[in-house]
Amino acid sequence: MTTKISFRGVSKTFALKDTDFLALDRVDLDIADREFVTVVGPSGCGKSTLMSMAAGLVEPGTGEILLDGAPVAGPGPDRGVIFQQYALFPWLTVRKNVEFGLNLAPVPAQERRERAQRAIDLVGLTDFADALPKTLSGGMKQRCAIARAYAVNPKVLLMDEPFGALDALTRVQLQDQLLDTWSQERRTVMFITHDVDEAVYLANRVIVMAARPGRVHRVIDVDLPYPRTEELRLSPEFARIRNEVWHSVYHQTSAHAE
Amino acid sequence: MTALSVSQRPGDPPAPRRRRARRPARGIVLNVVAVAAGLAAWTGLSASGIQGLTGPVEVAVRGAELIADGTLTADLLASLRRVFTGFALGTALAVPVGFLMGWYATARALIEPYVQFFRTIPPLAIIPLAILLMGIGETPKVFVIFLAAFLSSVVATFQGVMDVDKTLINAARVLGASDRVIFLKVVVPASTPFIIVGMRVGLGAAWGTLVAAELIAAQEGLGYRMQQAQLYYDLPTIFVGLISIGVLGLAMDRLLQLAERRLTGWQERR
Repeated sequence: MTTKISFRGVSKTFALKDTDFLALDRVDLDIADREFVTVVGPSGCGKSTLMSMAAGLVEPGTGEILLDGAPVAGPGPDRGVIFQQYALFPWLTVRKNVEFGLNLAPVPAQERRERAQRAIDLVGLTDFADALPKTLSGGMKQRCAIARAYAVNPKVLLMDEPFGALDALTRVQLQDQLLDTWSQERRTVMFITHDVDEAVYLANRVIVMAARPGRVHRVIDVDLPYPRTEELRLSPEFARIRNEVWHSVYHQTSAHAE
Repeated sequence: MTALSVSQRPGDPPAPRRRRARRPARGIVLNVVAVAAGLAAWTGLSASGIQGLTGPVEVAVRGAELIADGTLTADLLASLRRVFTGFALGTALAVPVGFLMGWYATARALIEPYVQFFRTIPPLAIIPLAILLMGIGETPKVFVIFLAAFLSSVVATFQGVMDVDKTLINAARVLGASDRVIFLKVVVPASTPFIIVGMRVGLGAAWGTLVAAELIAAQEGLGYRMQQAQLYYDLPTIFVGLISIGVLGLAMDRLLQLAERRLTGWQERR
């Protein structure tokens, strides 16, 4: 498998009032092409910072991030980002939101409409294409955001706790829908979460991070087949991996003394 | 009244239709009742013989006379022309300056001291200076109104630009938007609600400055007419002037409110 994104010795320090806070300490991580990786860890472990760096919204202090072997310099449409707060443009309809990124690229009008429609259909918002975000539920808003990211055909999807603000039921539905979308149009996904179940259910590989300083604690492979089903979610194999991830998230022995 | 009418609007989508349909009707009935009660109280007060206070009927008669001889229309047009010129110039300058201040920290640091300083001076206090520097023609009147409108809307605009949700800017950026596109497609629409609120405040300020501005040797206008009436102890004319100013101000505010609903109906209200 070819490597899609590669974090090479990435560190980041934030200046606090009187001390420097080491948010990330020499993170090395490779994500393969079309892999679905989830990153889970306690708050303050720098998982969101890691993602923002891949998105090009935050610069690494030291080290570098490579996308297809080329260093990331600033944000770009080759990496679609999905934020926890949906970040839909509230004055635009679902369709116009999805077309926003397409309008920025030299895409002919006809193709733009078709691609937007396809992305909207993909996330099941066909009937709401001309609705304003304020009329949508949280789950639908996030599906719209996913459609917007998919429409520009990114190589990588970066998702920052996208289902964090949703209720447990909606969250499970959206997990299935995301996997459904992903299996239809497979991309490399880096998915940040603090929910262990979610991390295991979605991923090929779970990256468990540790805090103070933020670093990769363990990498756990999820050897479960896709499509993931409810049956699988309730199976003993799932429980075993889930327990393993849970344990390494909640019982981290501090590797570095503070 | 601005805050009231905003909060009155039914906000949350889930419990909508019936309430939305019934409420305005009930509100209008109550509005009419309130106005009628006010007129009755006024009639009562003038009948009970407060020294020189005229009743609504006399005022209505004087209003009809002033309309018939064309004085009221001429005064209204003169006043409206001043308010609109000052207001239009003020907001036309306030919006770009506000954007500049909100978007560039350098511009903010350079301009803000002046804005904050002049905001503390009541526009009316500028009048003596304006007369000395600009004479007694239209210029000083329009200038004072312009200043009042400009200062109130510039602050609202730049606050609006500064308050644009950073996540929206990031969302546009990761879709490949340049700074120019982010400004035009994200910052401008996102700050529209603030700009319109600023314009409403600016309009109120412009209207509030008008009468005083018209005290500067005007030949016509509502303020001038009221001042003349004061000299001749002509209370009905003063009342006609006051009511005209109130009604016009209200009508203009309603127009802006309509524009606000049109332009910012996408907002989620909680």
